[in-house]
Amino acid sequence: MPGTDLPVAERKPSLSGGAAPIIRFDDVAIAFDHPVLEGVSFGLPRGETKILMGVSGTGKTLILKLALGLLKPDSGKIIVCGEEITSMREEQLFDLRRNIGMVFQESALFDSLNVEENVAYRLIEETGDVTEEIHQRVLEALRFVELEHTVFLFPSELSGGMRRRVGIARAIITNPEVLLYDSPTGGLDPVTSNTIIELIVKQRDLYRTSSLMVTHRLQDAFTMASHYFDREQNKMLPNADSSRDLHTTFLILRDGKVIFEGTAPELLRNHDPYIREYLS
Amino acid sequence: MPIFSLSDFAKEQLQAVQDYSLLAGRSVSNLFAQPRYFADTLLQADLVGVGSLPIVVLTGFFTGAVLALQTSSTLQQFGSLSLTGQLVSLSMVRELGPVLTGLMVAGRNSSGMASELGSMKVTEQIDAMRAMGVDPSKKLVTPRVFAAVVMLFFLSIISDLVGLTGGFMISYLLLGLDANQYWTTAYQSLRFGDVVMGLTKPAIFGFIIATIGCYYGLSAKGGTQGVGRATTQAVVAASVLILVSDFFLTRLLMGFFQY
Repeated sequence: MPGTDLPVAERKPSLSGGAAPIIRFDDVAIAFDHPVLEGVSFGLPRGETKILMGVSGTGKTLILKLALGLLKPDSGKIIVCGEEITSMREEQLFDLRRNIGMVFQESALFDSLNVEENVAYRLIEETGDVTEEIHQRVLEALRFVELEHTVFLFPSELSGGMRRRVGIARAIITNPEVLLYDSPTGGLDPVTSNTIIELIVKQRDLYRTSSLMVTHRLQDAFTMASHYFDREQNKMLPNADSSRDLHTTFLILRDGKVIFEGTAPELLRNHDPYIREYLS
Repeated sequence: MPIFSLSDFAKEQLQAVQDYSLLAGRSVSNLFAQPRYFADTLLQADLVGVGSLPIVVLTGFFTGAVLALQTSSTLQQFGSLSLTGQLVSLSMVRELGPVLTGLMVAGRNSSGMASELGSMKVTEQIDAMRAMGVDPSKKLVTPRVFAAVVMLFFLSIISDLVGLTGGFMISYLLLGLDANQYWTTAYQSLRFGDVVMGLTKPAIFGFIIATIGCYYGLSAKGGTQGVGRATTQAVVAASVLILVSDFFLTRLLMGFFQY
């Protein structure tokens, strides 16, 4: 089971900063050869985790890339951490992105750098070298994902699941205000997927970092919505009596449009034929 | 539905020129902005400069040698064999040294840059870099462009020197020319304009090699096949651009120095 050590020395709660959503999409549309997103609107309240679901090609990953400013929408507004990013220049976005951590679908680790250099990439950018303080923060972040022993290995020496966990360590090391997970369990076996989901639940429940998570796996999504991380037992447990608010909601896309937004019980009660078929 | 749309093709080409121009412009403007990546620049200088040295020395030497060999029969007909040094010197310094060095480095490094950056692009490493607040044009492009410009300058000088040595070996050993005569005519025939021309071209060629390699790498899409395509396109485009720009540069500098 993952340890409960803080991933960074200077953890701060991400719930501060008012009631405005940390990410807001207003009527966002984008097309390539054909329209991919049309009139997408939603908000991610601070401290909440929103799970984006839908069949392939509905624009889930695109939403994450738009939220990071890696792509610009054709129309609509995107507000992240109080800043309207659609009108910002690339240079201005670099500062904003330092508040956001992203876990990529295939990890996107730098294959010419070792695990330590990958995890500390942002910090090395600021200091120019791996200092003792950075080394300790890397170890703490790797301890969080239970990969402390891989610090000097290269990505090619890691398994797929280990690479995803290093990706998570890289995303959380700077204590970002928002975390974006792009299919973090895609292509992994069920056991490894569960380990990854447990880490995400742990991050959610211990630090309440606002998160957007894209997933194809219904099982992962419902595990997140029905489990909490118990600090004392140091493991993920079922929220059997639903007494805890897990701050996790769902957003389902179909053909580039939002067709559902709500909690797990609301989703299960929904009678839309498409959603019923999708869940079955 | 038309199979080929002329307007779409024109738009794509225009977009490519625009994207390339923006990238090339940023690679220069980044030199005057923080952060600057000295370690990356040194690493690239080593890859481009030291790494290309063997092929540049080999091509330079044998080009000079074959130049002396090929022209000797013609010069002999006019009784001007003593001008071999002058001919090799002017040819190497003004034209063949910079162009052949440029083509060799384009084949070696333009492709290397395109494949390296292309692989990073298709595996989302470029997006990851941007997502972590690092500007890929500053981190990846500017160090490569700066290193290529500086290194090509010095590689061309080395190419000129070994080319002259190659010409000398043929002139002295096969044609029986006097060593002093060869080096004196080779040195005295060079004018200020020749040297300026020979040193301006490699800087421009270095810029072309690095910007084209980075542009095709950063535009790669479609997995490993896309990386292969980007690599090939980078070498072709860089080589063609070197030869085309060589013509216009030569014309411009000839006008400037009133040849």
